[in-house]
Amino acid sequence: MDLNLSADERSFRNEFRTWLEANVPRDWPEWREKPLEESFDYLRAWQRKLYEGGWAAVSWPREYGGRSATLMQQAIFWEEMARLEAPPMANALGLGLIGPTIIAYGTEAQKKRFVPKILSAEEIWCQGFSEPNAGSDLASLQTEARLDGGHYVVNGQKVWTSYGWIGDWCELVVRTDPNVPKHKGLTVLLLNMKSPGVEVRPLRQMTGESEFNELFFRDVRVPVDNVLGQVNDGWNVAISTLMHERGSYGARLHLLFKRNINRLIELSRTFKHNGCPAAQNPLVRQKLAQCYAEIEIMRLNQLRAFSRITATGIPGPEGSIQKLFWSELNQRVQQVAQELLGPYGQLAKGDLLAVDNGIWSYGYLRTRGNTIEAGTSEVQRNIIGHFVLGLPRSY
Amino acid sequence: MQFGLSDSQLLLKDNARKFFASECPMASVRRLMETGTAYDAALWSKMAEQGYLGIIFPEEYDGAGLGKVDLIVLMEEAGRALLPGPFFSTVALAGAVLSEAATPEQKKRYLAPLCRGEARATVAFLETGASWNPADVRVASANGRLSGEKLFVTDAAAADFLLVVAREGVYVVQTKAAGVSIELMNGLDLTRPQYAVRLSGTPAEQLGNSEGLARGLQVGAAALAAELVGGMQRTLEMTVEYAKTRKQFGKPIGIFQAVQHQCADMYLETESARSAAYYAAWALEENSPDAEAAVSIAKLYASDAGRTVGNRGIQVHGGMGFTWENDVHLYYRRAKASETMLGDATFHRERLARLVIDAHGALAKSA
Ligand SMILES: Cc1cc2nc3c(=O)[nH]c(=O)nc-3n(C[C@H](O)[C@H](O)[C@H](O)COP(=O)(O)OP(=O)(O)OC[C@H]3O[C@@H](n4cnc5c(N)ncnc54)[C@H](O)[C@@H]3O)c2cc1C
Ligand SMILES: Cc1cc2nc3c(=O)[nH]c(=O)nc-3n(C[C@H](O)[C@H](O)[C@H](O)COP(=O)(O)OP(=O)(O)OC[C@H]3O[C@@H](n4cnc5c(N)ncnc54)[C@H](O)[C@@H]3O)c2cc1C
Repeated sequence: MDLNLSADERSFRNEFRTWLEANVPRDWPEWREKPLEESFDYLRAWQRKLYEGGWAAVSWPREYGGRSATLMQQAIFWEEMARLEAPPMANALGLGLIGPTIIAYGTEAQKKRFVPKILSAEEIWCQGFSEPNAGSDLASLQTEARLDGGHYVVNGQKVWTSYGWIGDWCELVVRTDPNVPKHKGLTVLLLNMKSPGVEVRPLRQMTGESEFNELFFRDVRVPVDNVLGQVNDGWNVAISTLMHERGSYGARLHLLFKRNINRLIELSRTFKHNGCPAAQNPLVRQKLAQCYAEIEIMRLNQLRAFSRITATGIPGPEGSIQKLFWSELNQRVQQVAQELLGPYGQLAKGDLLAVDNGIWSYGYLRTRGNTIEAGTSEVQRNIIGHFVLGLPRSY
Repeated sequence: MQFGLSDSQLLLKDNARKFFASECPMASVRRLMETGTAYDAALWSKMAEQGYLGIIFPEEYDGAGLGKVDLIVLMEEAGRALLPGPFFSTVALAGAVLSEAATPEQKKRYLAPLCRGEARATVAFLETGASWNPADVRVASANGRLSGEKLFVTDAAAADFLLVVAREGVYVVQTKAAGVSIELMNGLDLTRPQYAVRLSGTPAEQLGNSEGLARGLQVGAAALAAELVGGMQRTLEMTVEYAKTRKQFGKPIGIFQAVQHQCADMYLETESARSAAYYAAWALEENSPDAEAAVSIAKLYASDAGRTVGNRGIQVHGGMGFTWENDVHLYYRRAKASETMLGDATFHRERLARLVIDAHGALAKSA
């Protein structure tokens, strides 16, 4: 066990730190609380800058524009981003989930066609998995694709599609064979969102914004060249995307969590409870300290998981707890924020008295989604129970 | 950067697991816990042969010269085996405090015999106020003699000497010395008994560098967190095994999600406690600036998780979990005693708050 940086890791960190200090935009705080629709071009420009510096997707292989970074270097990358409170990148799903899936399953032509534009944020990607009748039970999805000459003809509906409103392309899971067991008849298509017959409807979330959408497909034609992986092997392709979603997200989220706890600590020094700074209230101190401790443990769990994967090549059991841990922790942190801020906690953006322009009331609502998206907490516990602990499958 | 055990640490862990399984199986634990001191001289000398008793102490004092992470690995296995007797008290408490607070000459006289297995020792800190804050200590020295009462002293009856924390510093007191009385307190943990120690005009020798006490106790707290992790691990294993074999409604109870999710949470808590304990040990070993915070994080998390993992484990065992015969409650008892020892979660959250919230705290970001 050695948590000191190796020589390679130190030079990687120094190189990125130097680049970041010179390039990170200073006006991000003015943009941070704006709705994504308003800040999207800003984030796109930031990603473009990272891309030009060669930093947009450090984990990707060099030949596809990455740096073939080790998992530990990726952890360092996100720690540096957190340290300077750098903005996130615009093409979050393309970089984090879909790009790696295309690199793993795509043909050479697909990689050439799609990967560079994911990196440069020229083309934004969304993930069309969930349907009204297929959420946790993704494999039961009904959107169908029928072969017609050189095209698949797609009919059906997707829902909760994040970035649907801005997406140029979509990783779409469809049913190509209805006559085999549900996992066996799925295929992944790379769908141009501008194709005739694609309708994108806003879907308003409980937070009030429309971060995700409903997608409707009526006789949408997708060339067979845009099948990702093998026909009827879409389940494995989709699972690979989900593994990326659940596996590495924690390292990135640490950025947000660290900023939140630092800000809450700062607020506790000035925010008064019964006439005294909340930071002097023993109960507030207890709760802030508990959040601080758990955020640190989230980081340590992630590092242990990365070390395990590096040593054995397979994600260890620690990986499976990350999604469960961070999503529930984020809810606890937001609850503590509410207790700290009292009635001010509920004030939303636009109210003159709202703290930090309403990020805490927003965060309180938004984090309810954390235990649902990317696999619900119940599903994560089922996975741990069955796949990690070896308990019999409950369904 | 590599956050995992090295090959030699994995070997140590594996050997320790085998050693405890063969030399101290649950039948021995149950036999020893009925003996009063829970101390077994034969087992002790075997542990000395393994090098366990001097694991982190320098070779010049007959120790094995290994690091804090090695200690944590060993403590985890000791916790998993519910090892009875004064191992924790002697090595992770008294040994660690001597190592940080004694002069070289005192280490020769006191630490070296511990490493060789010739003596046992413990630390006497708490008093009637049960505060782990050194400022609350009342026992005082007069003319090199100590008087007063110490409570919750682990393994005092098995110890040859005590390290008594007094207002003026840390003192070595021989348990056979004049004016020492040691009386069993009727605690929950039968495998690590606690005692009330009364001193009246007892001769005592002061350690040369009492400021080392705080760091010695940090090593103890990290070790205790690791021991708790071992107990959680064993409780998890027993519970999952039971859930796979116990049948109700014609099915193994582990098929019911209400049971499965309890087990998943036990797993999450155990692994998280383990990450925190390993990191604390490493931070201590490296003298990292966040070592004190890391120790508090490890102990506060393990204190709470040790209890909740036990709660869940007993629940899944149903009526069996409520019996004396089932081992789960023995781990549960140990976890309860360890929860408060060296500071409970509330104590360590406050300590962490001082480091990260208060403006003068070492790790506080300036506002
Ligand atoms: C903010 C947000 C963003 C999202 N973004 C996307 C996106 O970009 N692309 C996309 O495809 N999807 C997206 N989703 C959808 C998300 O993946 C699904 O909501 C999720 O998988 C759950 O499916 P569901 O909503 O149909 O709930 P259901 O599956 O109907 O679940 C309802 C409840 O039943 C429980 N449940 C279901 N099955 C089981 C079981 N076997 N055992 C125990 N409990 C069970 C669930 O845990 C949950 O509590 C997003 C969701 C949110 C909230
Ligand atoms: C203090 C005490 C006093 C008692 N006194 C009496 C008495 O006087 N007379 C008497 O007849 N009995 C008595 N009992 C027995 C008691 O009724 C049983 O222990 C209880 O019904 C549980 O059964 P079990 O112990 O076989 O556990 P199990 O049924 O084996 O359950 C083990 C675990 O599996 C869970 N589980 C089981 N089935 C399901 C399911 N379908 N879905 C979800 N989870 C499930 C349980 O909740 C539990 O967590 C007593 C028990 C105790 C602890």
